[in-house]
Amino acid sequence: MLDMTPVETIERQALRINPAKTCQPIGALYAALGIHRCLPHSHGSQGCCSYHRSHLTRHFKEPIMASTSSFTEGAAVFGGAANLRQALKNIFHIYNPDVVAVHTTCLSETIGDDIPSIVKAARDEGIIPEGKHVIHANTPSYVGSHVTGFANMARAMAELFAQRNGGAKDQINVVPGFVEPSDMREIKRILFEMGVKAVVFPDTSDVLDAPQTGRHAFYPKGGVTVDSLISTGDSRMTFSLGPYASEEAGKILRTRFEIPNKVLDLPVGIGATDRFIEAVMGVTGTEPPEAMMDDRGRLVDMMTDNQQYFYGKRAAVFGDPDHVVSMTEFLRDLGMQPVYVVTGTPGRRFETAVKGILAQAVPDAKVKAFSDLFELHQWIKKEPVDLLVGNTYGKFIARAEDIPFVRFGFPILDRVGHGYFPCVGYRGGMRLVEKILGVLQDREDRDSPDHSIELVM
Amino acid sequence: MESVIFKERADQIHRKGEQPFALTCDRESLAGAVSQRACVFCGSRVVLYPIADALHLVHGPIGCAAYTWDIRGALSSGPELHRLSFSTDLRERDVIFGGEEKLKKALYELIERYRPKAAFVYSTCIVGIIGDDLEAVSKGVAAETGIPVLPVQSEGFKGNKRAGYEAACKALSRLVGTGDTTGISPFSVNILGDFNLAGEIWIIRRYFERMGVQVVANITGDGRVDDIRRAHGAALNLVQCSGSTMELARIMKEKYGIPFHRVSYFGLEDMSEALYSVARFFKDDGIMRKTRELVRDELSVLMPELEKYRKDLEGRRAAIYVGGVFKAFSLVKAFRLLGMKVVMVGTQSGTRSDYEELERITDDGTIIVDDSNPLELSSFLMEKDVDIFVGGVKERPIAYKLGVAFCDHNHERKVALEGFEGMLNFVREVHSSVMSPVWRFAPRRNP
Repeated sequence: MLDMTPVETIERQALRINPAKTCQPIGALYAALGIHRCLPHSHGSQGCCSYHRSHLTRHFKEPIMASTSSFTEGAAVFGGAANLRQALKNIFHIYNPDVVAVHTTCLSETIGDDIPSIVKAARDEGIIPEGKHVIHANTPSYVGSHVTGFANMARAMAELFAQRNGGAKDQINVVPGFVEPSDMREIKRILFEMGVKAVVFPDTSDVLDAPQTGRHAFYPKGGVTVDSLISTGDSRMTFSLGPYASEEAGKILRTRFEIPNKVLDLPVGIGATDRFIEAVMGVTGTEPPEAMMDDRGRLVDMMTDNQQYFYGKRAAVFGDPDHVVSMTEFLRDLGMQPVYVVTGTPGRRFETAVKGILAQAVPDAKVKAFSDLFELHQWIKKEPVDLLVGNTYGKFIARAEDIPFVRFGFPILDRVGHGYFPCVGYRGGMRLVEKILGVLQDREDRDSPDHSIELVM
Repeated sequence: MESVIFKERADQIHRKGEQPFALTCDRESLAGAVSQRACVFCGSRVVLYPIADALHLVHGPIGCAAYTWDIRGALSSGPELHRLSFSTDLRERDVIFGGEEKLKKALYELIERYRPKAAFVYSTCIVGIIGDDLEAVSKGVAAETGIPVLPVQSEGFKGNKRAGYEAACKALSRLVGTGDTTGISPFSVNILGDFNLAGEIWIIRRYFERMGVQVVANITGDGRVDDIRRAHGAALNLVQCSGSTMELARIMKEKYGIPFHRVSYFGLEDMSEALYSVARFFKDDGIMRKTRELVRDELSVLMPELEKYRKDLEGRRAAIYVGGVFKAFSLVKAFRLLGMKVVMVGTQSGTRSDYEELERITDDGTIIVDDSNPLELSSFLMEKDVDIFVGGVKERPIAYKLGVAFCDHNHERKVALEGFEGMLNFVREVHSSVMSPVWRFAPRRNP
């Protein structure tokens, strides 16, 4: 199917082929699912909501609940205020959420619906019941990417809920980034093991990795509670994991309440995890427990035991910027050569970060933000790689060029496990080593002639 | 939550036998409902997408292209240009200054690189608002490049999926009638409304070959532009899939006098009837004889196979929620053939006459529902203690969370469900999901 990709690259200005990103609203919708008893609401046409729900369903294999303003031609002409009011009325009446998290779409952004004033009017008219909350984020599809949408909704949570109610609480805020429920669960576990009280928001664990109970829980038991979100204004510190997805939320808390905001890389791989753990230690003064250092030791053990399989191998990495930056560092630390590093999300910061990581190890690496898989494929065709790391869409390139492929990031539409097993932290690092090593060794087994195939590797 | 049914939606749900039939449908979804419906763009995209040697360029922000990139297993026997994702990826400055220049550049570049037989340009919500003139751009590019460039007026907010089907049909109708029809047999048909999911249209084409009937154009599964251009040379149009291509059949009837039959290739009854209706139409003894032989041969192989599964499935309860009503009709009949009970049936986009027909062919107590939502669906599944649910991507996890078996009868089916062999595949799918031992561990079966 990708046999038509030409090797020669020409500068494209008007065209995206095989994107490595999608639009803001889906990220906002995903983030909103990480609030306890929250119904995400898409203020736009029905199709947006339907596509986001389908896409997230394919990724998580879970029911995804979200409502829509169901725009019609009339709404497009006269504005969507009436639709949103009607929607809020219906939502509280039948679905009874604690929070409705409204995100906009390209349509409602362009016609200029003013969400705060529509919501305020709805509250004044009693459409929003006492004790219920409506938050909103502006997520125009033609700005940024799905990661930006996540960042904007995470920011809205901090902006619209956080309060300072009485001195610093002995807790920290952690914005975990656009990661899996398994990753959020692991981040909470790490913090708990280190004896840190933390509000992790958003938090989709126990929402999108809910057990089979024989019941369809419209609101599963997980998600950060409104009370916890309110308390973020009293926290000592915010950790924003991954600048693209999380910094906005930390920034607003710093601006409003002077809560220091520490922006860290997504704790994927050993280096980034070390820095996360050290940062937590810096706040609390607590040492990590022995069990956690043993996890680290086991990760180092796997890395050292198998260094010969990694060293010098050429890799291509694509996906969301925060993920890709940390993955690039980890591959470098394993001894691999990340020669092509790409994200679809716009932003120079990505290129600076990746080039910094690779300055010594792979000085001539090709690094590009606001790119797509067509371009990445062209590079690979010109000079191949030994490993491809990225989301499901990489499978076409992996197949066309016969490259070992590790699925990592969003979306993963054709495998399971990402929702249940983390990639973050030392344990996540071990899982990644296992996955990468697995595909490399499978390849060696496949390609070895009969006389040299090895039983022991 | 005392009731899961919106007051305003009560008349979109009917329980056969409990009240005289009166079902409201074709109504815009309630704002705020977690509807399973999609938009105009979605309707157009699913209809046109399988035309494999055409260029499909989505003019809009990236999402519309990203969410429709290769999500439908519409197979091609040759070119696969349709499986790539092309978008103008509109940015803020385009929204302010207009996207026509970008669109033009993108079209020129793509047409030069891929030399497609035609190009479809899909309009999205935002294009409708910023007012890019797709028609003018398409016309200009077509004149320059010499290939048909067809704007698809599929702004998402202009209605529901059905409006998108119509927009797609309008675009197609500009292609039909532009090709040479010499050499087309008087015994010829076009297949409309089949998208070659899992290779289904290949099965149907083989049947017509065996009957001595020529298929001129697949519209649109495994579709080719040149075939569609000469589709007006066919003697008969066969329209499947409730209305997705009905508009095209109507246009072709009006413009070229080509009659159409509504058919379904799903289930033994409807599959046989589809073939017989073609044979009857041509009033040709040879074709009728070959059709009889074909049906007899296929059934003689199939029936003993089906019997093997029947004993496990007989008496079990099925629920159906699909996009179009024609599929629902066939599914109701197919389950009946297996001795199963259909206790709930609903669609996203049925019309009043469609629902009257559904009410006629279902048993008392069956719930008939229009434009449902997850809360309703799960309450119906529980109430009726359903054994298998047939639906699409958003319905699957709901069934699984309840501990109910599931069969995907939508984009994500992996095996062909049409034709006689498709019926066997369907029964196997239903059987394997219903009989899986895993449900025993689910709390519903094991409280």
